[in-house]
Amino acid sequence: MAGASGAKASATLPLTWGVIGVSVAVMVIVAALLALAIWRRPGIALATRMAIGPDKGGTNFLWVGVGISTLALLATIVWTVKVLAEIGKPTVTPALTIEVTAHQWWWEVRYLDNDTRAIFTTANEIHIPTGTPVQFKLIGGDVIHSFWVPALAGKTDLIPGQTNEIWLEADKPGTYRGQCTEYCGLEHAKMAFVVVADTPRDFAAWRSHQIAPDVTPGGGVLASGAVYFGMKCGSCHAVRGSDAAGVLGPDLSHFATRQTIAAGVLANTPQNLSAWIDDPQGIKPGNLMQKPELSLEQRGQIVAYLETLK
Amino acid sequence: MTISDYTRAPSVGTEQPELAARLQKIWETAPGIGGWLSTVDHKEIGLRYIVTAFAFLILGGVEALVFRLQLSWSDRHLLNPEQYDQLFTMHGMTMIFLYAGPVLSGFSNYLWPLLLGARDMALPRLNALSYWIYLFAGIFLYAAFAIGFGPNDGWFNYVPLAARAYNGGPNIDFYALGMILLGISTTVGAVNFVVTFMRMRAPGMSINRVPILIWGTLTASMANIFAIPAVSLAFFLLWMDRNVGTHFFDTAGGGGSAMLWQHLFWMFGHPWVYAIVLPAMGMVSDGLPVFCRRPLVGYSAVALATVATMVLGFGVWVHHMFATGLPNISLSFFSAASIIIAVPSAVGVFAWLATIWTGRPVFTTPFLFFASFILLFTIGGVSGFMTGSVPVDWQLTDTYFVVAHIHYVLIGINVFPVAGAIYFWFPKFTGRMLDERLGRWNFWTMFVGFNLGFFPMHISGLLGMPRRVYTYAEGMGWDWLNLITTLGSFVFAAGVLMLIWNVLKSVRSGAIAGDNPWDAPTLEWATSSPPPPYNFVVIPTVQSRHPLWEDRLASRPDEARSHPHAGLVLEHGREAIGTDPLDAQPDIILKMPGDSYAPLVFAIAVTAIFIGLLLLAWWLVALAAVVTAATTVGWLWPERNLGETREPARD
Repeated sequence: MAGASGAKASATLPLTWGVIGVSVAVMVIVAALLALAIWRRPGIALATRMAIGPDKGGTNFLWVGVGISTLALLATIVWTVKVLAEIGKPTVTPALTIEVTAHQWWWEVRYLDNDTRAIFTTANEIHIPTGTPVQFKLIGGDVIHSFWVPALAGKTDLIPGQTNEIWLEADKPGTYRGQCTEYCGLEHAKMAFVVVADTPRDFAAWRSHQIAPDVTPGGGVLASGAVYFGMKCGSCHAVRGSDAAGVLGPDLSHFATRQTIAAGVLANTPQNLSAWIDDPQGIKPGNLMQKPELSLEQRGQIVAYLETLK
Repeated sequence: MTISDYTRAPSVGTEQPELAARLQKIWETAPGIGGWLSTVDHKEIGLRYIVTAFAFLILGGVEALVFRLQLSWSDRHLLNPEQYDQLFTMHGMTMIFLYAGPVLSGFSNYLWPLLLGARDMALPRLNALSYWIYLFAGIFLYAAFAIGFGPNDGWFNYVPLAARAYNGGPNIDFYALGMILLGISTTVGAVNFVVTFMRMRAPGMSINRVPILIWGTLTASMANIFAIPAVSLAFFLLWMDRNVGTHFFDTAGGGGSAMLWQHLFWMFGHPWVYAIVLPAMGMVSDGLPVFCRRPLVGYSAVALATVATMVLGFGVWVHHMFATGLPNISLSFFSAASIIIAVPSAVGVFAWLATIWTGRPVFTTPFLFFASFILLFTIGGVSGFMTGSVPVDWQLTDTYFVVAHIHYVLIGINVFPVAGAIYFWFPKFTGRMLDERLGRWNFWTMFVGFNLGFFPMHISGLLGMPRRVYTYAEGMGWDWLNLITTLGSFVFAAGVLMLIWNVLKSVRSGAIAGDNPWDAPTLEWATSSPPPPYNFVVIPTVQSRHPLWEDRLASRPDEARSHPHAGLVLEHGREAIGTDPLDAQPDIILKMPGDSYAPLVFAIAVTAIFIGLLLLAWWLVALAAVVTAATTVGWLWPERNLGETREPARD
């Protein structure tokens, strides 16, 4: 949270430090007053101490203390409303709209476009161009989840039955981690994603590459990997340009370009991929992917095939 | 309280031994198990509330220690996700619903009639009912956990995660029904406090003379009466969605709304947070000045701040829903309300500080708990203020920062005052003092353990650690903070054990206390320790807020004085004096009901209705409903031996 890298997070940061400052000051002042009040008159004999003092004095504490507190609180309200207005709308209308649907426990990411041929779906990794606001439509696919990329903006829930719209903007290229922050069941802890901010040029290249279908391999091991994938995985997963067109699980088109497997649980390496296919329930207990019935050889061929989906 | 005796003017007298002996016969509970099960004595009920609440505190604490071990480092495998989810849900539910509220009901039950100079609560049988239902609701909820189906969607229980489609087991049915059952207990208890406040104050105790604890529990009770229907309704709608096919929360094409749950839940949930701290703040407001040897600074301001907090507390529920996509314009209003609610809190803080500053503090264990509470209250308050600012909250919400906040509120503002209150009122409860030396160890262990365990959570939250995760990956930078938190939680638990040890030890061998060991000013200290079943031999008359300090506080010798040991004699059966709501002028002799099995039978029957609903066994629901109705008749049947009929038996 401390390292804000986007217009929205940057606008919120001074306010955050402001309220932290006020809070720490209040804490320190109260602690000091309390310590002074307790120890300012040491050495009174117990008998004197036990006498009952008159009911007077001390009301200045109320006037001054409550007066100053109220001013600080009112100032915070004004500042809050000001920042809220500032980050409510981006300065320019976003050119790109991304639809994110949260599922137990992964993220479906759809790039919208007026040209239907340019619409494509990916999962758990969101690319955006830097230096421009991007619009997000957030949808709860099953239960309530929450979309949070600390370095770019605060949280917004994804609630079934409604679409929440937010915008994000990243100042500089980089990979920003995000995570679900509304408790959503068993694997709430393992529902991360990344936002990759590319320069506008890199982003355009990435996007046109994503729109293009994956090439089906001509023959050999890769071809049988593709066949097994279609048979064993294709009812849930899709790869554009192949027969696999399932919609229950993450779309795996251009899978090899992604950084992680299973919503941020494992780094995307052939070893991890093989381990994941072998035992999805051991790695992420409760997730919807069941262990496919595969020989070691078949699993190897599927891994090899998925690694070609650049 | 049933019919009255209009025809008689009670005599005025002083405390006579033979009068005390007569009253003892009229008011004492029969010995043995029968008396134990049928008693309606508010002191007995109050102690049962406190002991039961502490049993739940221990259960909830052990649950927390187990999952703190799981979270002490990244990628630990002590618990699987399902076990973790049940544990954290049970922990939250237990601490919030089965400990924090009931423990304060226990203190208030025990103390209210004594503070007010009354013989009992206004509705003693309702009081017994309130306890039994609380106990059975707690057992009902824990039965689910015991058979492996504990609630597992968090204490806030959001839909649609809690809907049948995503949670097929009986876990949530147990939770929904158990919460409605518990709501009955809280509601009747709250009604009893409100009626007691209006009718049972000693003659002369006008509303500006009641102790602050009375204000705290009164406002909390008023809040409960308005807030609990929202949550009971929410849980009932959820139960119907899950069991009879309604669609209130069905977002998958059923026309239901997920937001409806959140609104109903937080319309209850936010006021509830105040309901479980205001009585505790009241205990500090009354206890702290005793050890500063002067009256509380700003009584009226603190009393009004208590009420103001509660009223504002009904306008801030959206505080918990800032990230749900509501329009910014409405967020601005709720943000402002959430921030401005800190003003009455500031009144309390500065009143307590001023009381210590202008007093001469006596360093006893209760003083340590009460004084440290001011600091913990402030920390919990400012972190709440931070989350009141919407853009900041969007970063903080659902992270460990909020976990830190809620624990500074619930432990700092509930557990610490309660611990202080135990040290303060234990002599009244038992006639014996708690051990002071062990008390110091107890306080410092709890204080150090608590801050060690819970302060670092603020930082884990600022570093981005989400709540309600059963584990986290290595390399997030959260490991060391979590290890410290786990260590602190164990130190804190050791402190709580010391408190329990001190109670167990001192109840048998503590120093004899006497009536008023702290030289405190209010009426509970005017009777013996422990008090007799009838509390006061004669009904006291009150002329100030500090009846037992009047001689020393009076600025003029001719000021009217209270009479703690002389006043109305009421001895024709179980009688209490009814006074008017504002000035507490006596206007009626109330005939109080005797001990009865009716509350217990009623509570068992009501619980059986809920067991029937759980099992969808309609015959059981019907049968239990009939028993409930029959018990009500028996409950209300006037008793001749108590003078509840028009021709009272003369002795």
